[in-house]
Amino acid sequence: MKARVHIMLKTGVLDPQGEAIRHALGTLGFNGVEGVRQGKVIELELADGTTEATVKDMCEKLLANTVIESYTIELS
Amino acid sequence: MKAAVIVFPGSNCDRDLAEGFREAGFEVSMVWHKDTDLPQGLDVIGIPGGFSFGDYLRCGAIAAQSPICRAVVDFAHKGGHVLGFCNGFQVLCETGLLPGVLMRNAGLKFVCREQTLRVDTADSPFTNAYTKGAEIMVPIAHHDGNFSADAELVARLRGEDRVAFSYVGNPNGSAGDIAGILSENRRVLGMMPHPERACEGIHGGTDGLGVFKSLTEVLALA
Repeated sequence: MKARVHIMLKTGVLDPQGEAIRHALGTLGFNGVEGVRQGKVIELELADGTTEATVKDMCEKLLANTVIESYTIELS
Repeated sequence: MKAAVIVFPGSNCDRDLAEGFREAGFEVSMVWHKDTDLPQGLDVIGIPGGFSFGDYLRCGAIAAQSPICRAVVDFAHKGGHVLGFCNGFQVLCETGLLPGVLMRNAGLKFVCREQTLRVDTADSPFTNAYTKGAEIMVPIAHHDGNFSADAELVARLRGEDRVAFSYVGNPNGSAGDIAGILSENRRVLGMMPHPERACEGIHGGTDGLGVFKSLTEVLALA
């Protein structure tokens, strides 16, 4: 089985990299980009039977820094 | 007086940090990240600057989960003295020993230069050799030194006199111009600047030596 973890900065946390991307898009002529947020995706190959609770534990302990980041888990 | 310097793959200020401790009179042992035990009779642990584990995932995140860091956290919880400079500060935040997070510099660029700092408290084992309010010159060299904390945390750190150093001219967007902070028991210091790079005449200045000298004062009384 697989899990895909999406990690994003929490709302309200400034994202200077996203802001730089927004500026670059403007420079390329893409008007109307009002905001860009950059996050990351981590794909995990897991032994069958691994629970969502275990993946959540991984997120809390290592994959995300919950002071500034939120995460969502997709199992497939 | 005994100090240990933790070495991770990617640490690059470990020997400089050891020299800083030695300059102040410490006997220093280097401890590899896979070790699980610290040397006996330690007075202080230093977490060096660098790019531990290539800054993968988040700066300091992988190092904070290494076997030796569990021992460092236990040492701190028992009242031991721990300091972390640059990547060491990032590691200490990731272990939870210090609050806040170091994010990408607001200007997105790596900054490497001499930086004026203000000593915000002389009431700590790391700053008692300075005068409160004094300005010192210490090098900075980082890409992810933007101390991020909400207004409540900044107010708490200031209110509890836990800001050790502030930037005079904020180089990276840090909240409240904060360059270095103390734990609640004041025995853990994390800071982005590099005092170990300002300890000997050949460095071009010795303003950083006070951090190590302060410790010798406290430990001599213990």
